[in-house]
Amino acid sequence: MAVASVGKYEFAPKDTADKFPAPLLYIGWEDHLMLCAPFCVPLPPVMKFGDMVNGALPGMYGAHPDFAKIDWTKAEWSKSGQPWKPDFEKSLAENGLGHKDVIRFRTPGLTGIKGSFH
Amino acid sequence: MDMKVNKKLGLKERYNLMTRDLAWTPTYQAVKDVFPYTEYEGIKIHDWDKFEDPFRMTMDAYWKYQAEKERKLYAIMDAFTQNNGHLGVSDARYINTLKLFLTGVSPLEYMAHRGFAHVGRQLAGAGPRVACLMQSLDEIRHAQTQIHSLSNYNKHYNGFNNWRHQHDRVWYLSVPKSFFDDAISAGPFEYMIAIGFAFEYVLTNLLFVPFISGAAYNGDMGAMAFGFSAQSDESRHMTLGLEIIKFILEQDPDNLPIVQRWIDKWFWRGYRVLTLVAMMMDYMLPKRVMSWKEAWEIYAEENGGALFADLARYGIKVPKGWAQACADKEHLSHQAWNVFYNYGAAAPFHTWAPSEKDMEWLSQKYPDTFDKYYRPLWEHYAAEQKEGKRFYNTTLPMLCQTCQIPMFFTEHGDPSKVAYRESTYHGMKYHTCSDGCKEIFDNEPEKYVQSWLPVHQIYQGNCFTPEANPGAPDFNPLAEVLKWYRMEMGRDNLDFEGSQDQKNFAAWRAQASGN
Repeated sequence: MAVASVGKYEFAPKDTADKFPAPLLYIGWEDHLMLCAPFCVPLPPVMKFGDMVNGALPGMYGAHPDFAKIDWTKAEWSKSGQPWKPDFEKSLAENGLGHKDVIRFRTPGLTGIKGSFH
Repeated sequence: MDMKVNKKLGLKERYNLMTRDLAWTPTYQAVKDVFPYTEYEGIKIHDWDKFEDPFRMTMDAYWKYQAEKERKLYAIMDAFTQNNGHLGVSDARYINTLKLFLTGVSPLEYMAHRGFAHVGRQLAGAGPRVACLMQSLDEIRHAQTQIHSLSNYNKHYNGFNNWRHQHDRVWYLSVPKSFFDDAISAGPFEYMIAIGFAFEYVLTNLLFVPFISGAAYNGDMGAMAFGFSAQSDESRHMTLGLEIIKFILEQDPDNLPIVQRWIDKWFWRGYRVLTLVAMMMDYMLPKRVMSWKEAWEIYAEENGGALFADLARYGIKVPKGWAQACADKEHLSHQAWNVFYNYGAAAPFHTWAPSEKDMEWLSQKYPDTFDKYYRPLWEHYAAEQKEGKRFYNTTLPMLCQTCQIPMFFTEHGDPSKVAYRESTYHGMKYHTCSDGCKEIFDNEPEKYVQSWLPVHQIYQGNCFTPEANPGAPDFNPLAEVLKWYRMEMGRDNLDFEGSQDQKNFAAWRAQASGN
């Protein structure tokens, strides 16, 4: 469906990749709602996936008591809601991540503060 | 000589003479050129005279009533100010609900004024034009009286001084702002369904009433007075909303699917804005009126249910997101307040974790969900705070492309899973928080690709003052964004505990009640 309009209705999208210092990546931690919403971060495409997990995620999620207990070898990842296996040694771009992609991780056994999903 | 006394005109005659008889059909210009916006939305109107204005109000009577209301209101406001009425409120935490109202709601009253002025010019029938004109005047009166009433608080408390500037910039205010910008940039008929019907009729009792009854429960005569002064206008607005939808539906059967789509859209858009009210009712009022869940049951499920049963004879169905909204009443306020607790450094009002007594009330009102999902979170925060580690989230959240709210909403029926929805348009991905917001996006992607999403705008570098230097080694993005918001770190934001508002209120109240 299209917008009903009195004339031509064409406007540039506000959030194309060229406007950001780096492509945006959205990251969510399943079963953990204390950090209330998925994060939005611009990350360099050349950054190794493992460097993101070990370097960037602690600053974002470290305040959660479950974070220190994560066994990353057991984490289950998804991209756009579909099961997905990242290669920690490869870059974000080599892992196929582009502007405005959504990835999520589940950490089996960890379900938030007192199992509250928070 | 016998005096010849003219018979006084009846209400109906006066109404006809002073509204419809003042209109005419143009002959020098085509009707289409005078009213250029009445066809492009696809709505078909065959006879504008069929619109019935149940109030039959004329302008002369309108001015008289409104002037009388203003006199009463300003007398109460003067008394409130002179008696330091602000010290009579239940607790200084209450004042934060007024900051939320002034930054989030009052600017919408002004936008409603503009919207109805525009529609009042564009509708081709004299009856709805006059009704819209009056509503337009009501709305600017509401904006002004709210600003006047709350200006008294601005003399004493933080967070009130830049409400207009902030409405166009602060992250959570993009939610009500984009809601109204969406309506005002639609055609006149969609605007009438969006604001006149969905907002004023279906949702107003869940927006306005909780704030005003909250004011009454918490001893705030000032805010209560403007609420009551506006209330008599609201009943006229609700009637206009209902009459206009019936009128449109009766005019042509082709109008039904268009109207139904707008009802689905605007119910959901409005419901998302009410997120702010839900958390206000359950978490921000020191003395609560009723829970969000109870308010939803009375005003939405009962009253709204009756309304849609009535509209069923026109073929109108209950809005699409209805069942989900009803189920979410168990979770909405708790999840929303957690967002503000997370980002308490970036909002111009104070936040706090609920006290043990607050939590008892919440457990009682939400027996199936509070203890299971939310109490452990608040207890964790409180324990951290006791150790001097009050949690503030410093990474920016992902926002919904449509409602612009951080993506915290959970799946229908599963409060442990955040809901993610994705659309692709012209090769780019767009993310929404729910089926409702996704459908709105998918119906008009050209519109929502323009969304001014605060998080993205910050990353694009558009939310700093001209003096800011993002290249400087000590550049602190959060501090710079707050400067651009015109918020002072540590004064206007952060936790209520230890705030200047809390200290001042306690000191002034002690002065007022003893030596």
